Amino acid sequence: MAIDLAFVWAGIIAFSVLAYVVLDGFDLGIGILFPLFPEKHDRDVMTNSIAPVWDGNETWLVLGGGGLMAVFPLAYATIMPALYMPIIAMLLGLIFRGVAFEFRWRTERWRPVWDVGFAAGSTLAAFTQGIALGALVQGISVTGRQYSGGWWDWLTPFSVLTGVAVVFGYALLGACWLNLKTSGPLQAKARRHAMIAGVATLIMIGIVSLWTPFIREIYFARWFGWPTAFFSAFVPLLLAVCAFALWHGLTTGKNLQPFLAALGLFVLSFAGIGISFYPYIVPGALTIYEAAAPDSSLSFLLVGAVVLVPIILAYTGYAYWVFRGKIDPEEGYH
Amino acid sequence: MFMGMSAEILARLQFAFTISFHFIFPAFSIGTAAFLAYLNFLYLWKKDGAYLRLFDYWKTIFAVTFGMGVVSGIVISYQFGTNWATFSDKAGAVIGPLMGYEVLTAFFLEAGFLGIMLFGRKRVGDRLHFFATLMVALGTLVSATWIISANSWMQTPAGYTIAENGQYVPADWWAIIFNPSFPYRLVHTVLAAFLTTAFAVGAVGAYHLLADRTNRQARIMFSMAMWMAALVTPLQIVAGDAHGLNTLEHQPAKIAAMEGHYETQSGAPLILFGIPNDETETTDFAIEIPKLGSLILTHDPEGEIKGLKEWAKTDRPPALIPFITFRVMVGLGFLMLCLGLWSLWLRWRGRLYDNVWLHRAAILMGPSGFVAVLAGWYTTEVGRQPYTIYGLLRTSDSLSNVDAPAVGTSLIAFIIVYFVVFGAGVFYLLRLMRRTPQTDDHELEKAPNRAAGITPGPAQSSRMEPKNGH
Repeated sequence: MAIDLAFVWAGIIAFSVLAYVVLDGFDLGIGILFPLFPEKHDRDVMTNSIAPVWDGNETWLVLGGGGLMAVFPLAYATIMPALYMPIIAMLLGLIFRGVAFEFRWRTERWRPVWDVGFAAGSTLAAFTQGIALGALVQGISVTGRQYSGGWWDWLTPFSVLTGVAVVFGYALLGACWLNLKTSGPLQAKARRHAMIAGVATLIMIGIVSLWTPFIREIYFARWFGWPTAFFSAFVPLLLAVCAFALWHGLTTGKNLQPFLAALGLFVLSFAGIGISFYPYIVPGALTIYEAAAPDSSLSFLLVGAVVLVPIILAYTGYAYWVFRGKIDPEEGYH
Repeated sequence: MFMGMSAEILARLQFAFTISFHFIFPAFSIGTAAFLAYLNFLYLWKKDGAYLRLFDYWKTIFAVTFGMGVVSGIVISYQFGTNWATFSDKAGAVIGPLMGYEVLTAFFLEAGFLGIMLFGRKRVGDRLHFFATLMVALGTLVSATWIISANSWMQTPAGYTIAENGQYVPADWWAIIFNPSFPYRLVHTVLAAFLTTAFAVGAVGAYHLLADRTNRQARIMFSMAMWMAALVTPLQIVAGDAHGLNTLEHQPAKIAAMEGHYETQSGAPLILFGIPNDETETTDFAIEIPKLGSLILTHDPEGEIKGLKEWAKTDRPPALIPFITFRVMVGLGFLMLCLGLWSLWLRWRGRLYDNVWLHRAAILMGPSGFVAVLAGWYTTEVGRQPYTIYGLLRTSDSLSNVDAPAVGTSLIAFIIVYFVVFGAGVFYLLRLMRRTPQTDDHELEKAPNRAAGITPGPAQSSRMEPKNGH
């Protein structure tokens, strides 16, 4: 029995991108919300709530990128040049975000500067990730084995819209994380912001969903043609369930439920993108089979992924377990 | 704009710039992670709080360094795609899985246990905390192994076939991973990382010994660092020699550039100093020792050494940079050896903590590991030009289809951001290293007579640190 390696790997890459989006999503969301929490005490608690886990969360991005190079090298070699500017901007944003965790404890006078860097870096990274998504959905021009468009092709109204959508979405995740991990006035404030970000995210999901089918014929056929429309009809239905769970959790003071509901919104939106894309990995240009590395590469790395990803999930889960529960504001990490 | 520079030269500058900054941080954190694991082990074994305080002292320094290594490393993993897309398309099937394994076996391991190592000792207890520290240290070493394997494959490719579409297809993963230069490069690089940490730790210890030669923590770290300097530097010189001989076998043009030899000759001299000139194909102002070049490289005073003229001009590396950086690296290596031997002598005489000249020299040598690592890196990377994959894929054929302004703009952005962010980071690191390693509060409470200035006695070493001491 032959395994469809390219299909399996498309699933693994999709999983790691999704893992990155939901995990680093709440980290970046906390950075996006930073300007709304000007108090030093609040900011200390906010960064401490993610300090032990953000690095692991970000590693999924390296797996997504490095894995793409390994198993879909042609997709990697065409997507990266096409999204040149958003990718560079994202990397620079992530630099400011990442160093702020340590730097803001290393100085009194310059802490406000690194706090601005944390907020701006997080927001920039979220915005450019959204832009990259939008630009990818719109398609990339490929000639031969190379990207053949210009270096500003990624900038369109649609990609700006998806950029804003991701900023709101991450802000929602961040606010729900704070609702889960904090207590008292900080939690109450986070809950209010989660409500606003939730409404904004849902509006954005609505606009993007209505716009997407009209970008490419294949998307339209996927969403409104038989039999796939049968499955795609479930996605909006489940989105409504998550939206209700979010609203219900926030208004009744639940800790975990809003966070899970927000995760659900992301998983469903991601599934929606998957329904639109498949079997393409570079929409309009390359299918997963055209972009896949030789079987000798796919099977070599698959052995490692099958063994190691469950182990990674186990000890990552353990790390979260160690730092479970509400943050004690008095427990200074530094 | 960008002074008419081509996308290729801008992309090369960008890679050189971003990877130089990046390389500094792991070179330090590999050794520091092992150092921390060893301190943690000593604390558990000897039940001596001094080791725990040293652990906490260096932990913060490690955290700052590690953070900068992470964020500068992600840039590299995406730069292969943005600037070097053709390389990625052709070599991704070979290089990519090696880096994929690096992420799966090392990055997640480091990141997963880093939080527990930095913040979790009170939550998980001493033993699990030690385990977490060990996993972080293991992760840094595993990471080095995979990335050195990938780099070595680009230097000495093996175990591949070439497909019709131009892609390199893996045929034998064992041959790919254990390609001919990998074992030598790995040993040389990991030892370099340990020495980098040792000399940095030694400088910090020496700095605090100059202020207070009775500071016990300063004594411990200085002593450990000097042991490393004395024992590992000779090993590194042997490893470096073996690596050089391996390079002579597989990349003789690189050796010719490092040695400044343009003519093939038997009984070649060792050129101590000079200025290689690729235009005139001569090494000007050369100071030579007859026959020594052949003796070192072939272990025979009359052995033949190939000169750069053996290769067409378009197939040669530029000689000047490898020639200079190689001498910087070797020169620093011998200075390290001198310091190590000097410390051994003074240790034997019982003057290790008292000789201010040793301490001053150790401070001066603090950055030597970083400089040597970068110099060695430039030697090997410039020396393998004009190829990205040696003998197979030229650097000029590896580039993405991107416009020069895009590469130039991002290069400028990287330069500005890196100098601001990592400049601040290095400043904070130096400030953390300037902190006087504290003797414990509990000790002062319980033994008020043991104030600063009095040599700590052996009684201190038997006292166990209270679990929630900090």
